[in-house]
Formats: sequence, structure tokens, C-alpha cells
Amino acid sequence: MRTTRFRILSLVLALGLFVLAGCSAGPTSTTAGTTTAKPAAAIKIGGIGPLTGGAAVYGSSVANGAKIALEEVNALGGLQFELKFEDDEHDAEKSVNAYNSLKDWGMQILCGTVTTTPGIAVSAESFKDRIFTLTPSASSTSVIEGKDNVFQMCFTDPNQGIASAQYIAENKLGSKIAIIYNNADAYSTGIYEKFISEAAGKNLQVVSTTTFTDDTANDFNVQLTAAKNAGADLIFLPIYYQPASLILTQADAMSYEPKFFGVDGMDGILTMENFNTDLAEGVMLLTPFAADATEARTVAFVAKYQAAYNEVPNQFAADGYDCIYAIYEACKKAGITADMDAAAICDKMIAAFTAADFNIDGLTGENMTWAATGEVAKAPKGMVIEDGAYVGMQGGN
Amino acid sequence: MTFLSYLVSGLSLGSIYAIIALGYTMVYGIAKMLNFAHGDVIMIGGYMSFVATAHLGWPPLASVLLAMLVCTVLGVVIEQLAYKPLRAAPSLAVLITAIGVSYFLQNAALLIWSSNPKSFTSVVRLPSLKLFDGQLTISSVALVTILACVAIIIGLTFIISKTKIGKAMRAVSEDKAAAQLMGINVNQTISVTFAIGSALAAIAGVLLCSAYPILMPTTGAMPGIKAFTAAVFGGIGSIPGAFWGGLLLGLIEIFGKAYISTQLSDAIVFSILILVLLVRPTGLMGRKISEKV
Repeated sequence: MRTTRFRILSLVLALGLFVLAGCSAGPTSTTAGTTTAKPAAAIKIGGIGPLTGGAAVYGSSVANGAKIALEEVNALGGLQFELKFEDDEHDAEKSVNAYNSLKDWGMQILCGTVTTTPGIAVSAESFKDRIFTLTPSASSTSVIEGKDNVFQMCFTDPNQGIASAQYIAENKLGSKIAIIYNNADAYSTGIYEKFISEAAGKNLQVVSTTTFTDDTANDFNVQLTAAKNAGADLIFLPIYYQPASLILTQADAMSYEPKFFGVDGMDGILTMENFNTDLAEGVMLLTPFAADATEARTVAFVAKYQAAYNEVPNQFAADGYDCIYAIYEACKKAGITADMDAAAICDKMIAAFTAADFNIDGLTGENMTWAATGEVAKAPKGMVIEDGAYVGMQGGN
Repeated sequence: MTFLSYLVSGLSLGSIYAIIALGYTMVYGIAKMLNFAHGDVIMIGGYMSFVATAHLGWPPLASVLLAMLVCTVLGVVIEQLAYKPLRAAPSLAVLITAIGVSYFLQNAALLIWSSNPKSFTSVVRLPSLKLFDGQLTISSVALVTILACVAIIIGLTFIISKTKIGKAMRAVSEDKAAAQLMGINVNQTISVTFAIGSALAAIAGVLLCSAYPILMPTTGAMPGIKAFTAAVFGGIGSIPGAFWGGLLLGLIEIFGKAYISTQLSDAIVFSILILVLLVRPTGLMGRKISEKV
């Protein structure tokens, strides 16, 4: 019998090993950096985000957008900047490694991270090290909470949740609402919690709330059937676009056609290879940036981005672009030079960002200002997918 | 009606687990090793079918055949290169090698197809089945998956119980040394086992991606673990065990989600596995082996 028991033990052990293998499976960290070398006296900006892995579309968009802004800013001939962008695969541990290697490189300002979970880990480090941090898109409040040196270019998750509920209520988009969110993800859970509390105040009727985790993000028939049976006519999806694409496909197979309302994580669904964009027809999302906007700044950026990368920029690219401009403006205002050390820059940048007269007109918002907490103030735009492209929604704020 | 719709989802998911579990259980039964690279062969099958349909414009059925062919060759090559030299080595060494192969396949896929998720177009392009005045909608993929699973289990049972190679498999499984003395080519039998298991993995991969149309280098990992669980649940080494284990696991997962909690579905699945193993250490249909110490 001893061997039998040993075999069971080894099975369990093997299972454990494989779970570990599954969790950490992925490429070894590679530096697909975008380094724009400049002669001496350039301020060194480090960037961190997923350039590979499931969230790669966000990181590469931010990196591309930031690179365009950097070239423009350097061409102005004033302050010179150098950007090095490191990959973190949307993994907190790899993100901290990327942060450390940027520190070794001599980073003076951090533009990162792109995603929330790594952002929480890295911002704790940059707070300790006194390196000024502006995240393009890590939207959880946990990224900025209690850290005076960390600022956001994107809305915080609570703001997204609140804004979504307000938008749905004001535009009467749905009377019975179902929510499907990822309860293993800080981003998704954060938006959900604020949405649900705001929805109560707005008399929105939430009829079904179901969850999934990264490990069970395959079968959504149960969640969709629950929503369908509850009579939901709008499904709120505070999740990333990969599971959202599965939800859209499975709802279609069930012949269930509610309205779908997403947040900024939904951005990216149209650029997924081989995705049938018909399925996303009519999907609504709140995002601060519209590539089809007609204002001169956006038109110029979209043209430049398309020429360089052969795709239409999403809001993450715009966030990356705005980050570099915000850093540039703040550096100019605070009189920062390349020979200052990171801690000195940090204090001056905090003062500049929170100053009453500091505001930025960017791609993702006019007249953006920052609170001392690190939160940005700007208005979201409602977008809807029509004929495979984002179009501004009617009657939005 | 809702119950029926959950039942179909559960059976469909369970059928996919069962097809994958058959691959685990056959290799274990005959070569006495856990082929942890099996889940990643599924992923390769998915990518093959994706490349054939989306890039080369092949018809769906041809893409499935291509996936089966590539995976069969891949399975045999893996066996020859990675496992055969270790046949006399301790089982732990083979296990670690299998995990290494799994990593190798995932990273190779990452290099070839990049990490960006691909949206898989279902190979089953029939309309959904509507019953009871449209109250119950059954997707065609779910039906095809369940039918494919039943067909595979019947075919496999036939091969193992009626054909010569099946007889050889049973003999090798029973006693490798004695089988060799009886003139059975053990190495060839093991290769055939890997070939069949990998062809099944290709079918499972295509069905998995058709039902849940997202394809990434890690696509096979989690279904692989679940199917391995199903194989242990049913009794590893037993073919009917893998079938029932897979089906039950799929049903428990879906019903657990539907009637208990969407948050705890995996916890429920694995708790049941632990309970079953406590009561029946060899799984539901595993043979009681009393080995001499």
C-alpha cells in the first residue's frame, strides 16, 4: 500500500507543480525598449507596461503614443527627454524587476505602469524611492492612495464606475441591468463596487450580478443565462476585452441580445486578430478619447500614429501621449533640468502638478487638473461601436 | 428550461475535458507516466486550425485534419526525443521532463504567434438549435462536441478491445516485460498510444477554441489541469473513468456556478476531487492495485 499512497501523493504534488507552471507560464522578460537616444542633458523617463502577454495591446499602445509625444517635445528644442520602456507582461513581480532595471539605468521620472495590479506594486516602490510617477492608465485608487508622488492620467476606477452608472441613468440606456465582473482582478472589482453603490442612488435596477476569475474565464453560459432569465436589457462589463469577446460570442450563440456597456478595458476588442467585429456592433463604452474626433490635435495625432504603426490609436496611446506632454509642461513650470536627482525632481513635480494654475489640454481631455491625491479631473466621453469603429455617443456629457 | 440549458453547457464542457482526459489516461495506463505537455499539444492543435482557416483559407474540416496530423507527429516526436531516452529513469525525472516540454511548447507558440490573443472562428458553422419555441437555445458547437466525445469513446473502446494493436496496448499496460517476451514491440505500442492521444488533443483543441473562441499560448494550460483532474477523478489509467470523470467535472463546474456560487466554482470542483480521493484513492473507476513493497 505504501507505493499507492506515494503515487497519490506524487499526483497531488504534480498537480501543484502544474498549477504553478500554469500561473507563471509565459516568456522570460524581454526588453522591447523604445530608446530614443539624445545627446547629454536629457531627462530620463522610464516607462513600464505589458509589451507581451494578454494585455500587450495596452502597453504597446502607451509606448507608441509616448514615443510620438517625446519626438514632438524634443523637436521643440527646449527641454530634452529620453524614454526607455520596459515590458512587465501585466505581472506585478516582473513589473518591479522592470522598475529596478530602469532605476539602474538612471530613471528620473516614471511614466507607468500601464496596468493596475503591477501599478500597485511599483507605485509603492517609487513612493519609497521618491521618484515622481505619472501612470497613463493604472486606474485603481490603490495605485495613488497614500502616495503623494503618484498621479494618474486616466480616471480612477471609482470614477469609471460612478460615471458609467450616471451615464446609463441619464441616457436611460437600460431599465434592468446585469453585471458580470472578474472578482480576481482589482480593476474589475473596484469599478463594480462603485457602480453598484452609485446605481442604487440613481434608481438603476441591478437584476443579476455574477463573477468569474482568470481561471474560469471560459464558459459564460451560466452568467449569461442568469442575466437573460432576470430579464436584463443591459449588461455592464467592467472587464478587459479578452473575456468580453467570449461573452459577446456566447451571448450571440444563445440568441441573447442585450445592450453591452463597457469601460476602458473594453478598448482593444476591435484590434483583436480575426475577431468578428459584427459581434461588437452597438457595444457602448466610456472612454476619454475618440479617434474620430475632429479637433486639430486629435486629427494630427491619429494621422501620425497611423503612419508610424499602421493602426488607429486607442485611448491608451492617447494616455501615453498626454503623459509625456504633462510631464514636459510640469518640468518646464518647475524649472527641472537633467542634472537634478530624482528626489529633487519629485518634490518640484508634485508642487507643479498640484498647483492651482496647472492644467493640460490633451487628447484625453480639455483642461485636465490634478488633485493632491493624484486623481485627474476630466470629463469622460460615451462611445459606441458602429460598423467596426468607435463613434461618439449622442447626448453624452 | 434553465436547468436544461445548464445541462447542455455542462455536458459540452465535460465532453471537452473527457477528450483531453482520455489522452492523459491512455498514456498513463500504458507508459505509466504523466504527460503534462498534453495541455499544450491542445493549444498547438488550436493554432494549427486557426492558421489553416484564418490565414490559408482552408475549409474547417481540412483544418481539423491538419491539426490532427501535426499534433500526431508532434506527440510521437516528443515521445521519441524527450520521454523514450528516460524509459528506465525514475518516474520523477520523466515528470519533470514533461513539465519542461510543456514550457517549451508554450514559449515556442509565444515566439511563433506572439502573445496577442487571437479570436478563433468556430469550425462548426451551423445555426444554433432552438427548442420549445425558442426558450432553449443549444449552440451547434455544444452538440458537435458532445457527439464527437461519444464517437471518440466508442471508437477508442473498439480499438482497445477488438484490434491487434489494442490487445498489444492492454498487454503492455498489464506487464511491460512479459509483453516484450511475448513478442510485442513495446516501444512501437507506446508510440502509437502517444499518436492517438495527441490526435485526440488536436480534436479537443479545435472544439475547445470553437466553444470558447480565444486563442493564446496559455490556452491549453487550465483545461489541461482540469482534464488531468478529471482523469484522476475517474481513475487514472481507466478509459471509461476518464470519460465519466470528464463529464462529471464539467457538470459539477457548471452546476456549481449556476446554483451555488460563480465565485467558488473551482473551489467546489477541487473539493469534490479531494473527497473522492479520500474515499476511493484510485478514483471512481480505478483498479485497486495492491503492490508489493
